[in-house]
Amino acid sequence: MMEKFKEWYEQRHAYAKEWKKKTGGKVVGYFCTYVPEEILYAADVLPVRILGSHEPQDVTEPHIFGMFCPFCRDCLAQGLQGRYDYLDGVMIAQSCLHIRQAYTSWKMHIPVDFSYYLPMPNNVQSKRALPYLTGELETFKEAVEKWTGKKISDEDLNKGIEAMNTSRQLTRDLYELRKQDNPPLTGLEAMYAVVASQMVDKRDYNAALQEILQKLPQRQIENGSKVRLMILGSENDDTEFVDMVESLGAMLVVDDHCTGSRYFWNQVNTNGNLLEAIASRYVERVPCPSKDWPERTRIEHILKLAKDWNVQGAIVIQQKFCDPHEIDIPSIIESLKSNGVPAQFLELDVTVPVGQFKTRVEAFLEMLSEEDLF
Amino acid sequence: MSAKYKTESLKCWDKSKEIRLDYYKNYAKAHEKGGLRWAGGAWSFDAIPSGLGDDVYPLTGEPYAASVAWNKDLALRCHEAVEKAGYARDLCSYMRNYWGSIILNEYAFGGEFPMPDFIWQDHICCSHAKWYQVARDLEGGDVPYYAMDVSVGPYDELTENRLEYVVGQMHDGIEWLEKVTGRKYDDEKLIQAVHNHCRSESLWAETCALNKAVPAPLDEKTMYSLYVHGTLHKSSRIVADFYEELRDEVKDRVERGIAAIANERCRVMTDTQPPWAFLKVFRYLEKFGCVSIGSLYTFGLIGMWDIQEDGTWGPRKTPQELGIKIKDRDQALHVLAEWELKKPEWQHFYSPDHKSDMMLRIAKEWKLDGIMLHYNRGCEGLSLGIAENRLALKEAGFPVMIFEGNMGDEREFDEAQTITRIDAFMESLNFEKIKD
Repeated sequence: MMEKFKEWYEQRHAYAKEWKKKTGGKVVGYFCTYVPEEILYAADVLPVRILGSHEPQDVTEPHIFGMFCPFCRDCLAQGLQGRYDYLDGVMIAQSCLHIRQAYTSWKMHIPVDFSYYLPMPNNVQSKRALPYLTGELETFKEAVEKWTGKKISDEDLNKGIEAMNTSRQLTRDLYELRKQDNPPLTGLEAMYAVVASQMVDKRDYNAALQEILQKLPQRQIENGSKVRLMILGSENDDTEFVDMVESLGAMLVVDDHCTGSRYFWNQVNTNGNLLEAIASRYVERVPCPSKDWPERTRIEHILKLAKDWNVQGAIVIQQKFCDPHEIDIPSIIESLKSNGVPAQFLELDVTVPVGQFKTRVEAFLEMLSEEDLF
Repeated sequence: MSAKYKTESLKCWDKSKEIRLDYYKNYAKAHEKGGLRWAGGAWSFDAIPSGLGDDVYPLTGEPYAASVAWNKDLALRCHEAVEKAGYARDLCSYMRNYWGSIILNEYAFGGEFPMPDFIWQDHICCSHAKWYQVARDLEGGDVPYYAMDVSVGPYDELTENRLEYVVGQMHDGIEWLEKVTGRKYDDEKLIQAVHNHCRSESLWAETCALNKAVPAPLDEKTMYSLYVHGTLHKSSRIVADFYEELRDEVKDRVERGIAAIANERCRVMTDTQPPWAFLKVFRYLEKFGCVSIGSLYTFGLIGMWDIQEDGTWGPRKTPQELGIKIKDRDQALHVLAEWELKKPEWQHFYSPDHKSDMMLRIAKEWKLDGIMLHYNRGCEGLSLGIAENRLALKEAGFPVMIFEGNMGDEREFDEAQTITRIDAFMESLNFEKIKD
């Protein structure tokens, strides 16, 4: 039933090439989920998130110093290896320094028609962030108009917002099903759905998910006796790791990842100026830790997820060298533990040491089961 | 071998040391005189808290942490304390030195770690605002904390919208300062501090520009002890006046042909912060007659530059020099924000080509034979894009040597390997060690 998402994820390039052939439209690769996809959809441009392939590579060494996260190097490697040769443009919305290097090196070495650096505010807790971002979105909209040669009307913007909001709402509905004692989908299937939504036309995704949501309540899979876990941390689309965890008597029922819930959690509320409404959504969304200051607002959100999805433990996972997450993780683990949610910390690299991680996850699950016994 | 050039010690050297030690003592003892202490980054707008009075003393984190790094024993204990508290060892090593000092309750200049009354930070690197978020936790969680975002894109793309975002945060910051300190804000003091800020940064750039001379009047190891004032309290009159005195002395050295090293015959620059516990590598370079004339780091961390009439790089004219009379708070903040957003070391945060262009300019105008890039594992901000800088410099025909290390964590610096690399680099440039 959920195979379509896995297929899209695995055949992301074939999908995008086919989409171009079918629509004659332009495709923009983006590096961070702070990119306002609404404006690209309004311009009939397909935004696709650039993710890595989890394979060892040696092409980024001359471009990115090895102390930066494996994810940013893996993303750049995809471009240098020519796997995204169909892109008409690339863009980033300012977030962490690491992924920014994948964008800047891409822009310098892989020719595209259009590139854009959106200086998304980092101080999202300041009252100054909203008017500032609204102004930047206006400038971005003009740049897209100039590139495509097509004026973006309010009607177009409403179309873009509608595509994004529908996708967000449907994915929230999918996650709601995971609250059940016996969820009708696995954590791996949910991960495939969200990452696929970042790679395919939202209208295709929405249609597929709508159909699946009709059938899912009747679906029965053996999940009931498994340990309910949440997974959180930096970028993670490591399906092999998730599959391994779920093969050990656990199921992932919720997450806080930019490849997961952080991507779709908040909606655009269309009251008044549409660009301001879009800006408001990105300023107020569940923040990336690089923007979560001076107060740590994300911890409260994580604790609410843990409670609402009734988790027994958490896997805190992080890309090696990911500074913003590394800085937050001790506080997050402490908060989870003090709220009765044991946590297991793991550090990801481009490839996952499945054998070693398996031993650690098994030990964690044993510890959780012992707590149930006594 | 007899000396090629005459050398002599800097006359203002002792004064420089005195100002620096006073800075750290004044911060620690601020409360004894009824004053206030604030902590924040070396790039924070220190002119703004100056409006609270003359008895408000800063402690900027990066130079403080560099002082910790110089003390290998204390640095190691800081790192171990931070790792024990659960933080990763690949994080910014300055940040870890600073946090370690709080955890150990040990001030690098003697006594217990003096807690700030408030934190005043800015943010362009991922670690900036997060640094003081944790510092506040470690200090008990109730130190008032204000941080502002300055990451609005490169200066050549500055728009009114971007400038107003920064200025707006500054205005909010002043209201916040009044609220948390209970003091009335004095705009005249702010205006004076803005003038001093611009004067300090322009004078430092002018001093670095004097190093275009052959022989270079200053070497980079010495410059580290001089640029530091701009990272401590650039908006203070003491620092601005000191930089004027320094500029005059360096100018005099150039006129008299006084060299930093007696046998200069090879000129290089470095990049990023050095491994502070191993500054002796600069003395090793001297064995080859090699002087490091500085770097974009020493020139542009606090120096403010502009293209001069003849097309070369030189000091940016201050608002005073341009005849701008600052009348009120809003104008002062606009001048300060616009000035600071041009900082050379802020431009590469948006793309490495901004930095490559400036490095190439230095390489040509300062007449360099080669470049030594420090791939600094301790600082993601200044190592950002460094691999692309290497490619650009090589493509332009400059010999480049890289060495990997860490500005603040000596466990990540291999001294013997670095020396071997220097030997090979000098050999490739056709320089042998000078026989005594």
